[in-house]
Amino acid sequence: MRTTTAQQDFIRGIWKENPVLVQMLGLCPALAVTNSVANALAMSGATFFVMSCSSVLISTCKRFIPHEVRISAYILVIATFVTLADMLLQAYAPAQHKELGAFIALIVVNCMILGRQESFSSKNSVFRSLLDAIGTGVGFTIALVMMGGFREILGTGSFLGYPLFGPNFEPWVIMVLPAGGFLTLGFILLAMGAIEQRRKDRAERKEEPVAEVSS
Amino acid sequence: MSQENNNQDRIDVDIKVENSGSAAVQDAPAPAEVSTFRLVATLAVAGVLAGMLIVLVNLHTKPIIDKYKAEQLQLAVYEVLPDVERYDTYYLVNDALSLSLPDGAKESEFKRVYIGRDAIGETRGVAISRGESGYQDVIMVIFGYDPVAGTLSGMKILDSKETPGLGDKIFKDMNFVDQFFAGPQTPLLGVKSGAGKGQPNEIDMITGATISSKAVIGIINHALEEWKPILDQGIPEAPAEATSGEVAQ
Repeated sequence: MRTTTAQQDFIRGIWKENPVLVQMLGLCPALAVTNSVANALAMSGATFFVMSCSSVLISTCKRFIPHEVRISAYILVIATFVTLADMLLQAYAPAQHKELGAFIALIVVNCMILGRQESFSSKNSVFRSLLDAIGTGVGFTIALVMMGGFREILGTGSFLGYPLFGPNFEPWVIMVLPAGGFLTLGFILLAMGAIEQRRKDRAERKEEPVAEVSS
Repeated sequence: MSQENNNQDRIDVDIKVENSGSAAVQDAPAPAEVSTFRLVATLAVAGVLAGMLIVLVNLHTKPIIDKYKAEQLQLAVYEVLPDVERYDTYYLVNDALSLSLPDGAKESEFKRVYIGRDAIGETRGVAISRGESGYQDVIMVIFGYDPVAGTLSGMKILDSKETPGLGDKIFKDMNFVDQFFAGPQTPLLGVKSGAGKGQPNEIDMITGATISSKAVIGIINHALEEWKPILDQGIPEAPAEATSGEVAQ
């Protein structure tokens, strides 16, 4: 098995293995609630909370959870924290809670969270798991806010509710509709793919002379 | 054959890369046989702990949520009864409207209406809230009703978990919502969008959210079936003293 440093555990989820943009996990909330930056932030916050708490608890209790029932136990832990997040949001951010509605409860089935528990927290120390959860949570937040930013700026002409353009701006309504979510995600992935491709090409060009010699 | 094996290996490697959370700590030891009792006990203990945690947080957040809901309800009453300056809450006690509850009774056990008055204390409308199942879960609706003309003065969805993008149009689609503020006759009749015959009690339903729209119309009709006989017996005059509804408009 490959080993990683604590720093890598943290950094990994933010960009190189960004849960939404690279691993393609948690796409449901990424598409559904990113029609404004405020919603994206509330969703990221709730997911971040659930993710960190679950990771800490599961890595703490990993010795007591029999292998056979681990998935049920993980889901139980995640569902508990989602319920808590649901109640806390309803009490302290009722407007956002109303806007996100059913998607809060659906954090339970966000495979990004279960994935981190199964592949990381259940095998690593509490500290590493927390780092990993925070990194992944930050990556999720970046992806959601990026999408929410694009969609809100183009779709309603504002950012976090503050109007950006003059009154003559005609909002692209499609961007705040579900179709806009798919479009935005598509373009972001396209851009990321292009950057990645260029990086790879450059690396190959550097290696090329060496490759010729060896062949 | 070896080619195939090679491919197989490559796939395995790919999967592992995705799970590359493999930091320096121990590999999970090969799991020994675990007794059924332990499996059940683990989940049971975890379930009990989870339940306790939820109850604790609920104890803390419930008062805040209830307070917020009460405020929202108050705002909603003024929204669905546009001409109203204040309102009084009446409970249904023994099939009659009453401002006060019998001794020792719990408020939550009684059905209620909110009777709106204008500046000089004339009755200007009645707000009724009711919940029934929609497509996903119970939809809570509050609506304003003019008992003299038999028309609606407004409608607001207090709570719903209807499908985002489809069913949630019952409160996001203003073309649908505005129909209830335009004073339709009751009982309401839901018609396919654009297929109405111009009757005063028609409500155009939302294409793609028929069940949710039908539910809203049904809730209002059922509530009126239940309350109309009671309201027809006569609506009490405004009490001299202010009641709960007047607070903090």
